[in-house]
Amino acid sequence: MSKLMNRISDWVTSTPFWKAVFRHGYEDTPRNRALTTFSNVLYHLHPVKTRRESIKIRYTWCMGGTSLLLFVILSVTGVLLMFYYVPDARRAYQDIKDIMTVVSFGTTFRNVHRLAAHGMVFTVWVHMTRVFLTGAYKPPREFNWIIGVLLLVLTLLLSWTGYLLPWDQLALWAITVGTKMAAATPFFGVEGPFAPELGIRPDNDVKFMLLGGTEVGQNALLRFYVLHCVVLPLFVVVFLAVHFWRVRKDGFSGPL
Amino acid sequence: MPEKSFEVFPRSPKKTYGLMELVKGTNPSVEKEPEDTIFTWPNLFYIEFIMALAITALLLFLSLYVQAPLEEEASTDTTPNPMKAPWYFLGLQELLVFFDPWIAGVTLPVLIMIGLMLIPFLDVNPKGKGYYTFSERKFAVTNYSFGMGLWLVLIVIGVWLRGLDWNWYWFWENGHVHKPVVAGLRDLPVMLSKGLGVSDSAGKAISDLMLFAYFVIGLVIPAVLFKDFFKRLGLLRYVTTMVMFLIMVGIPIKIALRLVFSIKYAIITPWFKI
Repeated sequence: MSKLMNRISDWVTSTPFWKAVFRHGYEDTPRNRALTTFSNVLYHLHPVKTRRESIKIRYTWCMGGTSLLLFVILSVTGVLLMFYYVPDARRAYQDIKDIMTVVSFGTTFRNVHRLAAHGMVFTVWVHMTRVFLTGAYKPPREFNWIIGVLLLVLTLLLSWTGYLLPWDQLALWAITVGTKMAAATPFFGVEGPFAPELGIRPDNDVKFMLLGGTEVGQNALLRFYVLHCVVLPLFVVVFLAVHFWRVRKDGFSGPL
Repeated sequence: MPEKSFEVFPRSPKKTYGLMELVKGTNPSVEKEPEDTIFTWPNLFYIEFIMALAITALLLFLSLYVQAPLEEEASTDTTPNPMKAPWYFLGLQELLVFFDPWIAGVTLPVLIMIGLMLIPFLDVNPKGKGYYTFSERKFAVTNYSFGMGLWLVLIVIGVWLRGLDWNWYWFWENGHVHKPVVAGLRDLPVMLSKGLGVSDSAGKAISDLMLFAYFVIGLVIPAVLFKDFFKRLGLLRYVTTMVMFLIMVGIPIKIALRLVFSIKYAIITPWFKI
């Protein structure tokens, strides 16, 4: 029996298809360990060898990787939620109710999406603290720190735009508080300093642009939905690509 | 039988050869400085994989017990009291007690982001790269911890200690009973003109001078006391660092002015108030 299994596995691993997918042997040799990274897409993320000290959990706290993982989880659960949710102020709330009551595993996906969103704000923050405390923003990594700060801003904006989508009281008034602050922007918000001098009115200020109106309504819901599901994630992906490429080029920080 | 010798690699007479170092290892390391490296596969990928599994499991487990809230359908007819932003913005919302919205909601967050982005260009200390240290970068770590601590304290206050009408409610207090409105907030220029017996515009001028003096003294004194610090940074870096620092420290100072002296505005101009 085991002979038969061996023959089958020998045959499978000798097929052109197998060799096209797996470019190196399975045997645990230094050569194969190197090739696993080197001959795979993984090489885009990590070098073949890394310094022993710089991948210790007590050094990295695993927070950057966890942030990426949470972003992936948010994308997956977010797409699933999008199948059941329509950004129409007349039915958005009922769609959430449906997700929580009649959609299989809908409650789980919604809960995971929310927890991962709050978690990502937290982990990005802790990641930034770790990078600061280890001086990992110092040359040659200055620009990557800037990309990181932009990613933090994008994370906050993503979380905040998602806050409106359930279209319940919590959502409406949290966004009302936030956009009230936007109205106070100097120069560009109707209640901000120097705005009257520039001819800023309630119907042409930055809050109007954000909400598509003077108060949180259908237009605001649609804008936040598009920002949350399309625009901001695209920006995050682009900045993540640059972020990781820079890490890959400069190497991990960490003790020599 | 004569011993047959052959060269492993042919030597060039134009070059000199020397053994650089013998290290324990399973593969050659050519043109590399001696370094303590290990294979990314499996060492790092296993850490990442196990972390991913653990975090995913934790999320699924938590999702069974922590329900995402869903309140009544959105309606502009009823305004909740208090209305709160998401927790990560509650630090800013808490600052609304002490500052006008254009500072707390817009200018300060923008300054925080710009300040964070400037950090690598302001911090010229070459030490402390790649390891945790406090003693080698006291100013940097203290500053960051102070800012982060302030941010966290404000969030904790906003999330747990603010209740009806954004008043302060301890955990043991009844959160459904309104608190009496506290009157008697004053403006610093008015206090100065009354206290010193000078005109309104003189009071304003004195309060403006006090803010100006805060920044001038804050810029000059450290430059005199810590000459090395000033020289290391150069004028531009030093001024940027200290202005950011003074703005950050100014926030708790303004909070203290409000709490101790009931001062609402310290600066009054026709266009804005601080």
